[in-house]
Amino acid sequence: MSNPATASPTKALKDWPLWEVFVRSKQGLEHKHCGSLHASDPEHALQMARDIYTRRQEGVSIWVVPSKAIVANSPDDKAELFDPSGDKIYRHPTFYDIPDDVGHM
Amino acid sequence: MAAPLPFLLHLADDALVLGQRNAEWCGHGPAIEEDIAMANVSLDLIGQAGLLYQLAAQRLGDGATEDQLAYFRDADAYLNHTLVELPHSGPQVGHAQTDRDYATTIARNFLHGAFNLLRWDALCASSDADLAAIAAKSVKEARYHLRHARGWLIRLGDGTAHSHDRMQAALDHLMPYTQEFWLTTPEENQGVSDGVLPQAPAQWQAAWDELVDDAVSQAGLRRPSSQGHVSQGKCGQHSEHLSYLLAEMQSLARAHPGAQW
Repeated sequence: MSNPATASPTKALKDWPLWEVFVRSKQGLEHKHCGSLHASDPEHALQMARDIYTRRQEGVSIWVVPSKAIVANSPDDKAELFDPSGDKIYRHPTFYDIPDDVGHM
Repeated sequence: MAAPLPFLLHLADDALVLGQRNAEWCGHGPAIEEDIAMANVSLDLIGQAGLLYQLAAQRLGDGATEDQLAYFRDADAYLNHTLVELPHSGPQVGHAQTDRDYATTIARNFLHGAFNLLRWDALCASSDADLAAIAAKSVKEARYHLRHARGWLIRLGDGTAHSHDRMQAALDHLMPYTQEFWLTTPEENQGVSDGVLPQAPAQWQAAWDELVDDAVSQAGLRRPSSQGHVSQGKCGQHSEHLSYLLAEMQSLARAHPGAQW
C-alpha cells in the first residue's frame, strides 16, 4: 500500500457523508430501503446507488436521502414505544371472515 | 452494406483496450463504491468489444472467433486510439507522479467518453444493420460513461486546490492525444461513402468541443491546447504501453489456447 494514490482509501469515506438508498423494483411497487453508501454530493450518491444497488436489474427508480436527515427513535425507548402494543391482538384484522372470492389478503 | 473489417476492429479494440485499462482499478478504487462503478464501466466496454469481435469473426469466416481476434493479435495489429492504451499515470511531472492517478483515468474517460457517445450516436444510423444494432445498445452505456466521467471531472476540478491541480495536469497531459480522433482512415472514408459511417469523425468535432468546453468550464479548469505530435494508434502505430497491456491480457489465453471456463 505504498502507492500514494491508494494509500488512504478510507480517508474519502470519512469525508463523504452517508446516504440511505431506496430502490423501486418495478412500476407500481414502493421504494424499499436497500442499504447505504458514502458519496460527496446528491448526484454522486445517485450515481453510486445506480452502480451498487441496480447493477443486476434490481430497479427502475432510485431515491437517496442524507442519513442525517433521518430521525430515528432511541433504542432505549423500545419498551415504552413498542411493548404496549404486544397484547392488543384485537388491533389485528383477524376476526373477520374473508369471502372466498377476495383471495389472498 | 457491411462495415469495412478494419473499422469494426478499430471500434472493438478501442472498447477492449479501454475496458482492460479501467479494469486495472478493480480492487484499488479510491472508495469501494467507485471501485464498483469503474468495474461496471469496464464490463460495459468489454461487452461492446465482444459484440464487435463476434460480428467481425462471423464476417471473416474460416473459423475465426472473437477470442482469436482479442487474444491472438499483436500490438501492431490493434487499431485503437493511442489515448486508450496510455497508463493511468500522468506525464511523470508535477502533481501526477503516481502509478495510478485517478485524475488521469477520469480525464481519459471523459475525453474519450464524449467522443465515444457521439460516435455510437452516429452509428445508430449506420447502413450496416448489425453495427446499428450494436450501436443502439452501446449508446445508452456510452451516455452513462460520459455522465460518470463528467461528474468526476467537475468534482475534482472544482474540489480542493490539490484535486484541481491534479485534474488540470491530467487534462494537459492527455489533450494532445485527442487530435487522433479527427484523423480519417481510408476505411472510414470507405465507410462514409457506403453509409456505414454516417459522417467522418471530423464532423463530430464541433459537438465534442462543446461537450468538453462546457464540462471544463463548470469544473473551473482551463482547456489546454491540443497541439503537438498527432498519435496514430488507429493506424496501428502505438505507444510502447500497448504491448505491455496486451501481454498481461493475452497471456492466459495464449498459455492455454482454446481453454474453456
